[in-house]
Amino acid sequence: MILSVASGKGGTGKTTFSVLLARAAAPALYIDADVEEPNGGIFLKPEIEREEDFTEPVPRIIPEKCTYCGECARACPYKALVIIPPPAKKDLFFPELCHSCGVCAYVCPEQGALIEVPRKKGVIRTGRSGQLDFMEGILNIGEPTAVPLIKALMKKARNYKGDVIVDAPPGTSCPVVEAVSEADFVLLVAEPTPFGLHDLSLVVEMVRELDKKFAIVINKAQEGNTLVEDYARRQGIPVLFKIPFSEEIARMYSKGELPFGEFEPQLKEVFARIREMVE
Amino acid sequence: MSPKEIVFISGKGGTGKTTITSSFVWWLHLKGEKFIIADADVDAADMHILMEPRPWKEEEFVGKSVAQINDELCTYCDICRGLCRFDAIYIDEDGTYRVNPFRCDGCTLCEIACPVQAIEMVPQVVGRWFLSRTPYGPMVHARLKPGAENSGNLVTMVKHQAHLLAEKEEIPYIVVDGPPGIGCPVTSAISGASFVAVVAEPSFSAIHDMERAVETAEHFGVPHGILINKAGINPENEEKIRDYARRRGIPFLGEVPFTRCVVDALVKREIAASSCEEVRGALEGAFGKILEVVNES
Repeated sequence: MILSVASGKGGTGKTTFSVLLARAAAPALYIDADVEEPNGGIFLKPEIEREEDFTEPVPRIIPEKCTYCGECARACPYKALVIIPPPAKKDLFFPELCHSCGVCAYVCPEQGALIEVPRKKGVIRTGRSGQLDFMEGILNIGEPTAVPLIKALMKKARNYKGDVIVDAPPGTSCPVVEAVSEADFVLLVAEPTPFGLHDLSLVVEMVRELDKKFAIVINKAQEGNTLVEDYARRQGIPVLFKIPFSEEIARMYSKGELPFGEFEPQLKEVFARIREMVE
Repeated sequence: MSPKEIVFISGKGGTGKTTITSSFVWWLHLKGEKFIIADADVDAADMHILMEPRPWKEEEFVGKSVAQINDELCTYCDICRGLCRFDAIYIDEDGTYRVNPFRCDGCTLCEIACPVQAIEMVPQVVGRWFLSRTPYGPMVHARLKPGAENSGNLVTMVKHQAHLLAEKEEIPYIVVDGPPGIGCPVTSAISGASFVAVVAEPSFSAIHDMERAVETAEHFGVPHGILINKAGINPENEEKIRDYARRRGIPFLGEVPFTRCVVDALVKREIAASSCEEVRGALEGAFGKILEVVNES
């Protein structure tokens, strides 16, 4: 079973909940797919066993073979290539604009004038944290899109024999779609504030569009504040868990720690319930 | 003279970008300054909750084009599916070739390669943007369709509209509430800015993310400073942030104490600087420093 943890708003406790749940679900695989800002490792403190480069193909012009006809530059939908025709005969490539789609190589009329070479866009690190397998993607600074790296992580999620908990990036756009794309179930973490509720409603719209089974988890839940629960009831969405608002948790969190033991029995039940809902 | 743009980012979400940005808006307004508010967090835009904008102009935003396969022309040769690097083309239950619009990157490779011209690129409406009035001044904001791409381009559009309006009405400042992360939307939000204020909270993970946000600002050569929000949670981490700023020679803008009042204000949809005396002084100090740097440049 693949379970993705998402939230429209950042900082609502996606990572907090993901790592608590992952620990309770172990043996399992935890994947940090928030590749722009991966934080799960801070709490899980894994022993990293392997680090592999994440690369994607980008074009390279071979001057001896290139006629500088400019076909590649005209076809590039991202304007990542500039070809200056003879007599200047120059090529400029802007790697931050390239999406590695392969159009340039496909349209090049000269055999071997434009080859594709791998370019490092980030790393994937794997390791173990107790009973838990750990994986995280780290996107290089300046890279325009997190989607390909997240896609590579999700491929690994699919091939994993066992349960997978995916910590998704914030927001509601493409990277999040990618991080929930393989999920059998999505958990949306929300905090009971007007911002939290607004962003929750956006991400609910997204998971409905994607036709995913989903439920809500409330973080920083306060006595007497039923903002999110009222919304969930109106929308017919189950609320599976609440993490209470606690200064103690905030203090632990700020040091990179979390009360794993405290929630484990309850979260084991939550995980079992999700499995029932999936099946 | 082109307007000066001040952008608030954080790396990590939830550190208080919108709380600080809205307080800055309140403060500038109190000082009698003229400015435009731009919400560049188009994925999860929240400024409107505090600013209560009344739109007077609303337009669709057309983003990337997505491939569309004409089933009447398609010969099922499978070339497009084999070539697509985004795994966007699939065969549905009844054997027709289809495009997953969430996956399609709009690269046109399938359109170019299709031997029978059965594929066409169709522009997609990915969101809407608005020009609005607020009690504090004009505001440009947007709403991305959930699941849509191109939030970087929509951010660029929001900023572009803010600049057009600022130049037309000779408004000297643009205040931008930025998105979380360090990817394309953030790059779009900070490019061309006069100053980027990085809002950090003293948690281990937020420091980690702050460093990546600062490196992003450095990477693009934008002047920046650091502001601690929720100070008092972890004095050791607060010292780490100050020390980081010192070592890298980054202006330190100040620290805003963590108080219950800010949370309560937010729940009541009030602006922190206006409702909470405990944080007003610290915010005013930080904002003064920001304006000083911006006006020197």
